[in-house]
Amino acid sequence: MTLSLSGVSRAFGGVRAVDDATFTVADGEVHGLIGPNGAGKTTLLNLISGLLQPTDGTIELDGRRIDRLPPHRIAALGISRTYQNIRLFAGLSAADNVVVGQHLRRHAPFWRRLLLLPAARREERAAREAAEAGLARVGLRERARLQAFSLSYGEQRRVEIARALASQPRLLVLDEPTAGMNPGEAASVGRLVREVAKEGRAVLLIEHNVRLVMELCDRITVLNFGKVIARGTPQEIGKDPAVVAAYLGDGT
Amino acid sequence: MSDLLLAYQALFAFVGINGLLALSVYATLSCGQLSLANAGFMAVGAYTAALITLHAPGVPFIFVLAAAALLPALLAVPLGLPVLRLRGVFLAIATIGFGEVVRLFFVNWDFTNGALGLVAIPQRTGLVTIAAALLVALFVLGRLWRSRAGYALEAIREDETAARTMGIRTTSYKLAMLSLGAALAGLAGGLEAHYTFMVSPGGYGFGRVVEMLVQAVVGGTAAFYGPVVGAAFLTVLPELLREVGARLGLAPGPFRLFLNGAILLAVILYLPNGLVSLPARLRRKVLS
Repeated sequence: MTLSLSGVSRAFGGVRAVDDATFTVADGEVHGLIGPNGAGKTTLLNLISGLLQPTDGTIELDGRRIDRLPPHRIAALGISRTYQNIRLFAGLSAADNVVVGQHLRRHAPFWRRLLLLPAARREERAAREAAEAGLARVGLRERARLQAFSLSYGEQRRVEIARALASQPRLLVLDEPTAGMNPGEAASVGRLVREVAKEGRAVLLIEHNVRLVMELCDRITVLNFGKVIARGTPQEIGKDPAVVAAYLGDGT
Repeated sequence: MSDLLLAYQALFAFVGINGLLALSVYATLSCGQLSLANAGFMAVGAYTAALITLHAPGVPFIFVLAAAALLPALLAVPLGLPVLRLRGVFLAIATIGFGEVVRLFFVNWDFTNGALGLVAIPQRTGLVTIAAALLVALFVLGRLWRSRAGYALEAIREDETAARTMGIRTTSYKLAMLSLGAALAGLAGGLEAHYTFMVSPGGYGFGRVVEMLVQAVVGGTAAFYGPVVGAAFLTVLPELLREVGARLGLAPGPFRLFLNGAILLAVILYLPNGLVSLPARLRRKVLS
């Protein structure tokens, strides 16, 4: 079991943004987190990545408690994420963004660079090539040198995914990865997510594109007002009357 | 002729010292932190170096300079641990406070003659030493640029939250850069003390750190050599225009301040990335 949450709650004053959430994400599984706006989905991701601490409950990664660790330690244990409101390093090129994403995977000591050793240059070239390969994987090879802020919205989202993957995470957390993308782009992100899962990584994603969620996810957890109201396979979720009432409406 | 050479030598020496100071401010700016403690660090370095030279004249100068850099660097750690939790203007205010505490400490320390400071420090440095120190500083910062650590610093500057969730230990990096900046400021202080024969608390006030910051910003902080360009520009230009000011009947001191202010304003308005961005900008202008 990669990620397991049990009884996780987070209150902001009197508002319980996440209330007693319990679910697990397994290796190689694509796990969808859905729910209406304000259901607490992004708060839950912030709890998992350590940007927030839960007021109650425990979060474990491979049986190890992570809910009191700072974000950089959690990242070092293998959780990498993207953001709903894209947080690229706007002034850096797309490739440089991905190079930053390799931070945990690079072990080049600074003194080697200080002494102008060729090993340092080789390591840098390898990092740059890996970054370009990462961008090629999200279909942005030819955009590598452009500054992040000059890319389109959908392209920025894909750079963010490449950056998150650059740390070779055990668990990839995606917050609305296809928001603002056209159907073609969204479908290619869907394929990428399946590929990542096939490598044995767990993927946890928030997504509002219902059709994509239904196609992509192995299992789905539905949140409403901070509470888990349903868990199961897409088929089960689609039939669940509580979910239909709270979220999907009658149209689907 | 020899007088002229001597005058220019002093000018170049101050370009080097101011260059080191501008780099010391750049060190923290490179990870997005506006720290204004560097006049204080400079004072610690200057007094450390001066006291060693005055009380233990046998110590080789290189060790004196090492001490002038090391002591502020160590001092930066206990200062940085609490204050680097602050951001933006709050960090600036807290570090201004530190600078004032250091200045007042030396004003009130009888051992260093209080406000009068230490005088008759032997001149143990010249253009070569200063140039060497500046080149070493530039080399280290240049190697840092675009290294793994350098990318981490840029990431912290651009988006600290995103940097943290990518496994970057933001506090350690910020602390390291505060410490490196302190070392550069202390080194510059030690060099200046042995170039101008004297140290006094008045030389390390708030105005001094503003001067460093202005030079760094005017030169541009997007590239590691920008602050040195700014320091050279703002040190040499007033000397070149001294004659103009005199013709206009302006006292050199106020004229210099006026010129610094006017240049800072012009750069912020028309060249926000500093003087080093000028060539690229001109090229674009010509092409379009």
